[in-house]
Amino acid sequence: MSADRLIAYALRGWFLVALFFIFVPIIINFIYSFSPSRFPTLPLGGFSTGWYELILNEAPVPRAFGNSLKAGVIVAVISTFIGFAAAYTDYRYRFLGKNFYLALALLPPTIPVLILGLVMLMFLSRVSLVGELYSVVLAHVVYCIPFAMALIRLRLAQMNPDLESAAWNLGANSWRAMREVIVPFTLPSIFAALALTMAVSFDEYLIAFFVGGLTETLPVRVLALLQGQVSPRINAIGSVVFTISMSLVILAQILLLTRRSGGRSIAAGGK
Amino acid sequence: MADKALTQPTAGTAARNVDGYALFWGLPLALWQLVFFVAPLVFLVVMTFWTVKNFRLTPDFDTVNWVNMFSKGYVIDTYFRTLWYGALGAVVCSVLAFPASYALAFKASPVVQRIGLFMLITPFFTSYLVRIYSWQAVVSDNGVLNNLLGVFGLGPFNILGTLLGTMVGYITLTLPLVILLQFFSLSGVDRNYIEAAQNLGCGRLRTVFLVIIPLAKTGIILAGTFAFILCFGDLVSPTSLGSSKPPTLSILIVDTVKQGNNWPRAAVVALMMVLTLIVVAFTAIFFAYRVKKEKT
Repeated sequence: MSADRLIAYALRGWFLVALFFIFVPIIINFIYSFSPSRFPTLPLGGFSTGWYELILNEAPVPRAFGNSLKAGVIVAVISTFIGFAAAYTDYRYRFLGKNFYLALALLPPTIPVLILGLVMLMFLSRVSLVGELYSVVLAHVVYCIPFAMALIRLRLAQMNPDLESAAWNLGANSWRAMREVIVPFTLPSIFAALALTMAVSFDEYLIAFFVGGLTETLPVRVLALLQGQVSPRINAIGSVVFTISMSLVILAQILLLTRRSGGRSIAAGGK
Repeated sequence: MADKALTQPTAGTAARNVDGYALFWGLPLALWQLVFFVAPLVFLVVMTFWTVKNFRLTPDFDTVNWVNMFSKGYVIDTYFRTLWYGALGAVVCSVLAFPASYALAFKASPVVQRIGLFMLITPFFTSYLVRIYSWQAVVSDNGVLNNLLGVFGLGPFNILGTLLGTMVGYITLTLPLVILLQFFSLSGVDRNYIEAAQNLGCGRLRTVFLVIIPLAKTGIILAGTFAFILCFGDLVSPTSLGSSKPPTLSILIVDTVKQGNNWPRAAVVALMMVLTLIVVAFTAIFFAYRVKKEKT
């Protein structure tokens, strides 16, 4: 018995070590963003918000921040709509070439972002669509659709398929059944997809670096600063990026957790 | 039940209406991904046959880029090095992740599981670039880690610019995802099999290796494959933590573009990477879903 408990403790301890490893860089980043010193010293030399003031007054940073927000919101809306449409198509229809269709919907994140950025720059520069914020949007939507599609498809899988046909039998046409059955049922996952795709777009730096050219988003600004000398400004920007993207991902998860309880009751009621 | 929903719908409504409806939902994805995903990839293949004349990109059909890249020893070396780094990253990460995902699947209450998943999903989607920058401050020669170890009279250890540094970055990138995927397949393992094995006198380790791992095989292989894909294509860890020496294929692509603007040669390397990933992914899927026939 005691050996079993010892092993259980050891395993749980290992899980905590893994979590610690994952969170160390995030915590360190927050700590040093408030350090007055230029180099990461130990122990800390004091407390200062100087780096935050510096980045606020450095024109490229607020501008890049605005670009990231704009691109993030537009990417979230477009990729969630397309992801929803694709998830619904997969849920409801069977057709020739469906595997290819699903590959289109799910493959992009398995290709390294460096290569996605490279091919999109090569291609978009041929049709003169590079260097603007909309170039970043076009490319990010490709990369974000799979996340939206997956979240909404998982939600549709929990739906009782008889619900939609019941609406048809009661005289609703396809559009009305969509509006009154499918959309309300998937709504939490739609909001979760909006939050998650915005987080993914907000964080993505390589595709944005390639196709955006001089139009920098916030992570691209970080990438530019990384090429230079060590500067705790990156910690300050990083803290902003962490806070925003973590909030969005946490929001997405809360939406998905709350929907689960609601979803079961509807599904159970349907049966 | 899904079939019923598929066959019933059109009965009452006009077929024309339904077609428009189906196209409205089906087409956006197809159009967007064909134009902005498939077309660029096809163009990548075309680009590998173009040439650069007087620093200008010229449409052409010439195999010079392929011949040139494949005849260079360092390209071949870099290719195999990147394969090796990716494989090492995937194996190390899978091994480090396994006890953690095992603990989460078998030694945690449902509430703890939920919190654990939450703590893994959140950082996975959180700026990898900035996390790597932080690691730089931790593992550099006079960074946080060496300062801490110095208190105990250890070190300083040189991690930045070594394979170990690159691996730290790779694991930062892949660990949350690998634990998550392993966890999902482990929690799908039927507990009755585990109990049966133990009742029949199978020891702890043997149960893990002969019962649990084979039953969770699909998820474990897929997790390792995703880790490989992420490490193989990563640019940030080998540059920031590995100091670009020796280079990986990603670094080679960036250098080829930067020095001499040679897009077609960069395209050759990119295409080699895509083809490699496709082969690896299909091989992994084959092994992940293969059912052994011996038991029928």
